[in-house]
Amino acid sequence: MTVFGWGVFKGMLVTFKNFATSYFRKPDEGGIFTVQYPEEREKTIENFRNFPFLVYDETPGKIRCVACGICERECPTKCIHIEMETDATGKPARRPAVFDIDYGLCMNCGMCEEVCPFDSIFMDHAFEVTAVPMSVNFNEVEIGTALTALDQKKTKVSAERAEGLVRHKEKLLKPNEYFQRIRPTLASAIDQKRKAAEEKKRAAMPLRHNAPDGPVPGRENADGQTQPSATQEPK
Amino acid sequence: MLEINFGPQHPSTHGVFRMTVQLEGEKICGLKPVFGYLHRNHEQIAENLPYAAIMPYTDRLDYVNALANNFGYAITIEKLAGLDVPERAEYIRVIMAELARIVNHITVIGFMLNDLGAFFTPLLYAFRERERILDLFEEVTGSRLMNNYFRFGGVKRDLTDANLAAIRKIVTRFPAFLEEFENLLTKNEILCMRCQNIGILSAETATNAGITGPVLRASGVNYDIRKVDSYSIYNRFDFKVPLGQKGDVYDRYYVRILEIRESLKILDQALVKIPQGEIVNKKALPFLKMPRSFKPPVGEAYGRVESPKGELGFYVVSDGTPQPWRYHVRAPSLINLTVLEEMCLGQKIADAIIILGSIDIVLGETDR
Repeated sequence: MTVFGWGVFKGMLVTFKNFATSYFRKPDEGGIFTVQYPEEREKTIENFRNFPFLVYDETPGKIRCVACGICERECPTKCIHIEMETDATGKPARRPAVFDIDYGLCMNCGMCEEVCPFDSIFMDHAFEVTAVPMSVNFNEVEIGTALTALDQKKTKVSAERAEGLVRHKEKLLKPNEYFQRIRPTLASAIDQKRKAAEEKKRAAMPLRHNAPDGPVPGRENADGQTQPSATQEPK
Repeated sequence: MLEINFGPQHPSTHGVFRMTVQLEGEKICGLKPVFGYLHRNHEQIAENLPYAAIMPYTDRLDYVNALANNFGYAITIEKLAGLDVPERAEYIRVIMAELARIVNHITVIGFMLNDLGAFFTPLLYAFRERERILDLFEEVTGSRLMNNYFRFGGVKRDLTDANLAAIRKIVTRFPAFLEEFENLLTKNEILCMRCQNIGILSAETATNAGITGPVLRASGVNYDIRKVDSYSIYNRFDFKVPLGQKGDVYDRYYVRILEIRESLKILDQALVKIPQGEIVNKKALPFLKMPRSFKPPVGEAYGRVESPKGELGFYVVSDGTPQPWRYHVRAPSLINLTVLEEMCLGQKIADAIIILGSIDIVLGETDR
């Protein structure tokens, strides 16, 4: 039988030991492992997924997305809205005219990334997104009058605010280099796959010479694995 | 007699949960749990979604350990569609599920001690360890909490050698942390006096009310679905089912500590035995790209797993369309909550909070 209070004493020893050793141990070994967030940042883990974005190849015109609408259909929360671009004759141009994602609805599940057959939509690392544009400085506005002050801002700002977290195509488009930077392993694997598909397609070119549609504008490269449904307008 | 409303905005109710407590002095003479504040229509939403799209929604049931929910749903649909899971995927599933169990148990112990008044010191020690596991989850599954990792017939991403080494590191250093944690708590007189002989749940009441999980085992009933049903590949591992004697709050705390030790044992064995191979059944591969074409045959299936909170069951009826005709979740939190009044009667009002904490409820799962 131990002395009454021995357990409490032993517990206090543990807290004291943790307090003392936290100063000289490495963060991984039980030292101080928190970071002072906005100034210090932890390295982002490559597989981390947040909100989706669209990849383009060299110029924003060379968007990989062909507006097939598969992600729109498979999205569990239905946060994606796509409309296909049509040329003057009304023929679908196989590129999105409208591509909106409501970040307020998105639940970061990564389904769109998984189902996309054109390696076009991927999950971003950017987690600091706001519904209010960064151009509004809250430090200038007194608390309580913040909303009125916001309303008085330029019409452009209030229009953006009304949109909330909806992101349009222009904001969603990001270059392949950015994708390479945030997720190097996946991006280079996909680049290799696309290059191989392109070469295969080029090798098969003579056979498809008399194809009735002709080349697709802006989408000359890499549609080696197109699906029949891809050419149709969703819905 | 005095009637008090605990919650729905009370920090000790672990979410938006309300208890209507009738008091005589400090003694509880009646208690009515009121829930439903977090109702999100989970089952109805699921009935309008393709099978694969329900997976991310199951993460939101018990958001402390999403992987156990994924596991339960995946094995239900595999039962329904008659899909096998490759060896390696089975091992990965067990490894991830046991890590999730550890995360859940240290979290619940931490929060229970918070309810006791040991403000944040044990909780943050627990969170320090939890963070290592969550970092691994992020690396493997892409997200810390909302993992969405399991797929029908396998898992989403393979464990690399670096991941396996990281898990091995976690497993080897966890016992030292548990040792320290127990030094801090297990024999602590204050903890013993607050927890022992409080909120006793007899084995008879527990079995009659359908209680499962650590709460049932703390009452001394040997019932663990990993042993009873031996779903997945749990029959290949050597582990014990820790049991309590009295069924008081202290037993429920200690059973969880012992369960972490058993989980570490399972992890130890799984890390040695894990074979090479594919991670998704070949038959299920096309459905990863086209979830809407996944149509299980007409029929029904009930799959259950030993979630850290108890028996987590999914009941799915298929009518041959891409969406389930009926989808039901048997949430352990909800059923374990039904005996709250019996445990609390005759206790002091301060004890009601730790009794609630010791049941380990998550409102995401209770209200669905």
